[in-house]
Amino acid sequence: MTSLLNRFCSDSARYRWAVFSRVTAAFVGGYVLSSLILLLLSLTLPLPQAEAIAASTMLGFILYTLIIIWAFSIKRLSTVWLGLLISSLVCAPLVWWLMPGGGA
Amino acid sequence: MAWLHTWTGLVVGWMLFFMFVTGTAGYFHYEITRWMEPERPLVATQPAADRTELISLGLTRLEARAPQAAYWEIVLPHDSPATRLWQDFEIRWEDLPEPGHDHGARGNEILDPVTGAPLEKGAVRDTGGGELLYEMHYRLHYMDLLLAYYLVGICTLLMFIAIITGVITHKKIFKDFFTFRPGKGQRSWLDAHNVISVMALPFFIMITYSGLVFFDTTYMPAGMAAIYGSDRESRDRYFDDLYAENHDHQAASRPDAPLAPMLASADQAWGDHQVQSVFIQHETGKAPRVEIRRIDLDQLRWYDWEKKVFNANTGEAMASGPYGTPTSQTRQIITALHEGRFAGPWLRWLYFAAGLLGCAMIATGLVLWTVKRRKHQTLPGTDSINMRLIEALNVATIAGLPLGVAGYFWANRLLPVDIADRANWEANVLFLLWGEAFLYACFRDIRKAWVEILWLAAAAFALIPLLNLLTTDKHLGASLPAGEWVLAGFDLTMLGLGAAFAWMGIKVRRRWLAHENPGKPARTATSLEEPV
Repeated sequence: MTSLLNRFCSDSARYRWAVFSRVTAAFVGGYVLSSLILLLLSLTLPLPQAEAIAASTMLGFILYTLIIIWAFSIKRLSTVWLGLLISSLVCAPLVWWLMPGGGA
Repeated sequence: MAWLHTWTGLVVGWMLFFMFVTGTAGYFHYEITRWMEPERPLVATQPAADRTELISLGLTRLEARAPQAAYWEIVLPHDSPATRLWQDFEIRWEDLPEPGHDHGARGNEILDPVTGAPLEKGAVRDTGGGELLYEMHYRLHYMDLLLAYYLVGICTLLMFIAIITGVITHKKIFKDFFTFRPGKGQRSWLDAHNVISVMALPFFIMITYSGLVFFDTTYMPAGMAAIYGSDRESRDRYFDDLYAENHDHQAASRPDAPLAPMLASADQAWGDHQVQSVFIQHETGKAPRVEIRRIDLDQLRWYDWEKKVFNANTGEAMASGPYGTPTSQTRQIITALHEGRFAGPWLRWLYFAAGLLGCAMIATGLVLWTVKRRKHQTLPGTDSINMRLIEALNVATIAGLPLGVAGYFWANRLLPVDIADRANWEANVLFLLWGEAFLYACFRDIRKAWVEILWLAAAAFALIPLLNLLTTDKHLGASLPAGEWVLAGFDLTMLGLGAAFAWMGIKVRRRWLAHENPGKPARTATSLEEPV
């Protein structure tokens, strides 16, 4: 049991968990956030609906890339998670409110 | 975790190399297909025929063959800049869709320009051609299509990120462009990697981003799925809206108005011999129309043919807007840049060269990776099994995959014409050679494996023109005098590739094998570095 604990708490293990957490934040968290932003753009861009979706989906790859790069450039891991969480929490209700038939 | 990182990183590198090799070949896929179908005649002999006569023959045949069509198209014989090949007199059509569908079945026939009767398709060998080779770069092979799209997408995204971060972090990007320090082991590999990457940087950014845009709603479906829905019908609705397409058509029929004045008006605008085809369509609720389409030029939006549109009943000219909506046009331009279909001969060779630079960038990156880690390894003989595998995969992919591509062309000439599933076997040969190169590299002294497989690839490419001479009558001796540059160009390019691999073989051999102490048995160390 102690050896198992050591394995997960040793310095190198802690480092690996930090890397894992950051990769997850960047790629999974980043995907969720960029999807939310592109959905928000799809609903707000002053274009016909299908065109707004296509335009924001094309922008989505750039958003996703920028978010991933941002997640790797911030020193504190907790800032990364917090940033992703807060931005997503701001976008989600807006999306829900703007969705056709939503908000009611 | 380190293990995962190592292996995903490398797998991306090998897959990207495969995607760049097969994708680069795609810039000449019509030429490759032409070469792989040697039964087709050298220069198509077409008696000069009267244009209006041809169109009338085409209409007669279409009335008999496709009376219930969403559109008709009569393609006049011409030298096509889009395919770099001769285009025969041909009719094309699409049947009206079944209820609940957007499109009906498409058909086409090559017609005899004198009688208007359909010509039997000339018997050609069963081959995947350049098409199959270039499709591998996004469909892979032996694999579920959707899974392949996702794998390709992940690799592309990682490459896109690598490029952007590479530019951001690379402070001396301009200076390093002019820096190459040969003969210094790891430093030289790094320089080579930098120079190549910077040289074609705009191409790499364009090709990765546009590659993602091809599958935009597959990779990031949030917008479409949330607003339209994700089932098939909703997706069709989304694309119809995006491209402003209407699928409600009346059966195409022979225009009431005479075609001659329409053709004359097109001639007046474009000059002689510029008409590619006549297209006839009747959207429900609108006047039936005739489009006179111009031969593809080098316009970026190649799908947006230059055309003259006429009312089929009255012969009056009609306004013709561009195809699609502004956003869909933007999207189409991004994907057109990827495919380079608009590119004339010189630009096409530039695309090809940029693609080869991509292969070189990935190859030097993979080699650099092993050279860097080699330094931290302990004494020779204590190779970790991982390192050995990675080095073997590097040889197999960088030297062995091109060997496989050469094998794909050899198989085209050597496989019996009548075996079942022949086209698939051509592709199997490619992957078998790749796999065998891997097995060979696993068990052979890695330095010898590099030299031997590079030389084998050199021979395999350089001998293709000879093989062509022995197995067909479309060899350089025939294609050059006839001015068939598509065929001759293929053979000559193979000679060039053979020379390139021979050069690499000589370089590698000189560094490793020439200085070997003749008394000593070959070391099994796998260093790519020469102690200076």
